[in-house]
Amino acid sequence: MPQSADKVKDHISLFKEPEYLELFAAKKAQFECRPTDEAVAAQAEYTKTWEYREKNFSREIATINPAKACQPLGAVFAAAGFEGTLPYVHGSQGCVAYFRSHLARHYKEAVPIVADSMTEDAAVFGGLNNIVEGLQNAYKLYAPKMIVVSTTCMAEVIGDDLSAFIATAKEKESVPLDFPVPFAHTPSFVGSHTTGYDNQMKGILNYFWDREAQLTATPGTKINIIPGFDGYSVANNREIKRYMAEMGVEATLLGDVSDVFDTPSDGEYRMYDGGTTLDDTRAAINAKATIALQEFCSQKTLEYIESKGQPTASFNYPMGIGATDAFLMKVSELTGKAIPASIEKERGRLVDAITDSQAWLHGKKFAVFGDPDFCLSMAAFLMEMGAEPTHVLCTNAGKEWEEKAKALLASSPFGANGQVWAGKDLWHLRSLLFTEPTDFIIGSSYGKYLEKDTGIPLIRLTFPIFDRHHHHRFPSFGYQGALRVLVEILDRVFEAADAASDISYDLTR
Amino acid sequence: MSLDNAPDAAFNEALIKEVLAQYPEKAAKRRGRHLNVKKTDDAGSSCGVKSNIKSVPGVMTIRGCAYAGSKGVVWGPVKDMLHISHGPVGCGHYSWSQRRNYFNGTVGIDSFVTMQITSDFQERDIVFGGDKNLEKMIDELNDLFPLNKGISIQSECPIGLIGDDIEAVAKKKNKDIGKPVVPVRCEGFRGVSQSLGHHIANDAIRDWVFEKTKPEWETGPYDVNLIADYNIGGDAWPSRRLLEEMGLRVVGMWSGDATLAEMERAPKAKLNLIHCYRSMNYICRHMEEKYNIPWVEYNFFGPSQIAKSLRKIASQFDETIQANAEKVIAKYEGLVAAVLAKYKPRLEGKKVMLYVGGLRPRHVANAYDDLGMTIVGTGYEFAHNDDYQRTTDYVKDGTLIYDDVSGYELEKFIEKIRPDLVGSGIKEKYATQKMGVPFRQMHSWDYSGPYHGYDGFAIFARDMDMAINSPIWSKFKAPWKAA
Repeated sequence: MPQSADKVKDHISLFKEPEYLELFAAKKAQFECRPTDEAVAAQAEYTKTWEYREKNFSREIATINPAKACQPLGAVFAAAGFEGTLPYVHGSQGCVAYFRSHLARHYKEAVPIVADSMTEDAAVFGGLNNIVEGLQNAYKLYAPKMIVVSTTCMAEVIGDDLSAFIATAKEKESVPLDFPVPFAHTPSFVGSHTTGYDNQMKGILNYFWDREAQLTATPGTKINIIPGFDGYSVANNREIKRYMAEMGVEATLLGDVSDVFDTPSDGEYRMYDGGTTLDDTRAAINAKATIALQEFCSQKTLEYIESKGQPTASFNYPMGIGATDAFLMKVSELTGKAIPASIEKERGRLVDAITDSQAWLHGKKFAVFGDPDFCLSMAAFLMEMGAEPTHVLCTNAGKEWEEKAKALLASSPFGANGQVWAGKDLWHLRSLLFTEPTDFIIGSSYGKYLEKDTGIPLIRLTFPIFDRHHHHRFPSFGYQGALRVLVEILDRVFEAADAASDISYDLTR
Repeated sequence: MSLDNAPDAAFNEALIKEVLAQYPEKAAKRRGRHLNVKKTDDAGSSCGVKSNIKSVPGVMTIRGCAYAGSKGVVWGPVKDMLHISHGPVGCGHYSWSQRRNYFNGTVGIDSFVTMQITSDFQERDIVFGGDKNLEKMIDELNDLFPLNKGISIQSECPIGLIGDDIEAVAKKKNKDIGKPVVPVRCEGFRGVSQSLGHHIANDAIRDWVFEKTKPEWETGPYDVNLIADYNIGGDAWPSRRLLEEMGLRVVGMWSGDATLAEMERAPKAKLNLIHCYRSMNYICRHMEEKYNIPWVEYNFFGPSQIAKSLRKIASQFDETIQANAEKVIAKYEGLVAAVLAKYKPRLEGKKVMLYVGGLRPRHVANAYDDLGMTIVGTGYEFAHNDDYQRTTDYVKDGTLIYDDVSGYELEKFIEKIRPDLVGSGIKEKYATQKMGVPFRQMHSWDYSGPYHGYDGFAIFARDMDMAINSPIWSKFKAPWKAA
């Protein structure tokens, strides 16, 4: 008998017991009508060839294992970063179940979002009634300070007009006239979650700066920081705030989920906790400047902010030495505040750590996949450490990113052999890894299938991370974050060295 | 709450009133029909709640959509087919590998369950339609994955709205590639929950699998189909083992670890055994009507129900099988006794609230009973009347019943009832735990399992014990704060 009460075996070990192995074999032999083992082995080998790679890269329509999500996921994420805010999705309810689950699996946190549950009749008549009822119910039940509306593709295909619908709902007293209901149209057939983030962030600022009242900017001393869609936002936003405090810079993080997606367990469920205050969001128009930490999450938002006369600057995920240097220097330049010795010391410690370890990284080849900004900074940081980003692949990127990534690789001898893959998916990456292998893969949990197929170790450093816990509770931004990223990479390098060693199974590395 | 662990009817009645008072009038009226306290005279009725009705907008329903019911539940686990999430990228992305439908096979070569294959609709597809590209995509996929046995097209919302004719594409490509191509009209806006997606998916099996293929198959007297076990965490395998041990021949498993061949030959079986009634009763009824195959509902959660089900299944066969069933039950008595001896003392008297999909809110109830625990509240995301009728046998009078519960209601119910354990989904997990209430995910088995069969019951008991008796619950209050 395979099971026992003494030592309960679950799926990890139970199915290795002989009774189950027999069951699997008999099922396969008698009932499954599978291809022969030889045919399977031959096809598995074939997928590793250049010929298969060419076939794989010649596909034009099929998208297989893409590393991107759709617009409204980014929209609800952006909305969640504001004080007392309930993200609200106009359209099909299933989408919202998916967004909530997706974010909850990564953050291990509750993710309250409502849908207005449009069904077949709304597909015919439009979703006005849904929004009128939905806003009223959400407002009454969940007592938010703000409801932020985005759309599913269903509502977009039938052409529902959020501006008009929300105005009607207010007329019908679903929510008070002056209650903030910013919105953004977020069709999932355009762009990706990073586009949705941008659209929703712009929609929120637009509400407070133009729709609630026509504000005019009176530039002050504060700066705004827009973090972008970031799975490490909990710790990264705190790290950015810590830097600002150390520098004596007053900053508003627009869309700060750090406390929203990191509430304590003490017996009370906080549906709302933290987030950028609505007053700070209104006042953000008076900032001296706005800095976007992720250019490709913020292009439309920055354009809008610039239209208010505010200078902007954008970065590509400030992770690594150069990226953090550039970010801090920009903050310093904009605010006139010096970078304090304490931060310079942190930088020195990071450089010290890399110096100690660089021999283990020099010349190691990496494949990197993820969102556009993450890919750029990850590749740059690898090159700073003497490692080689061999494949840099971003599903949700276009020409602009591609050129930027190529220029980045061209800027360092460590990028000389690197290749940039915009718009490609993880099934493409599988072919790349078989034909031009790397030593490591850096990406999200979805990379674990690549690791299994190719045997190349995966280092999880970007959203989503479902199968490891709490990575997002420690930063990857700044010098401290870089140190943590360094250690994660090194751990895998040393594990791989130990696993491959017999004679050289050294105690000290 | 009363001191014994029986559900407190009066308390629960008052609680429903209190919760409804928070809603606007219209919503209160609508939600009121979905909340009730189970009474004796509800036996055989629907527990006094309405179900399978549109969710109220803006209340934070926990439900999903028809696509989730078809791709996520019924079709997705069929391992040797390619399942196209047809439309924008999101639906396939969020449902990618999330349902833990275990299978044996080589991913990307002869099995495709843990892949996200999508037509990734762009604006031009919405404007010009996606049929042409779908045709091309099917060719590309068949070329890249030549060992696939067929392809299903899982429609996302836009497909039905832009007037695409995926049935025509399916017919054409079926001829071109010589393999089944199954169009499924499971657009997310259809119906009120996942449930219609199950039904549509079942109909697609009927119309595009049964009607298209007539497999040669040597039948035997003990051929059964194991229907509607999705092999979450490997659930279907211990179930299959029990059936085989009693001498039955499982010719098809649906759809956990299933191959298309197992579905195609189903009409040749002698009996259909159905676990998840909600998601696959349709195809069982069809097989009964068209092929005269009777069907039997069974429940492999917990020893009482397993024994009852084994006897019920055996009663459909001859004395040999009936005797075998007794032998199987006897064989596992030792394991059951050992599991109960170890875990029952740690769990006895504990109160449980459930909120799951369309089956488990009743099906797991006796497994908890076996461990001495009591269900004090239960409800379904997407049940119908007949599910609530079946529920009355499982739960005690006074149990709080909530259909399509809203986030607000569930939170209030948990807060006021303070059960010792809540079994629900990922969206409910973290809010519940933060309140200091132990929780297990009862869709995904919280990344554990299997829970079916005797082998699974040991894991179920272990998991409930570790949820409830974790030392962390005593650390919630900082010691410097007064209790």
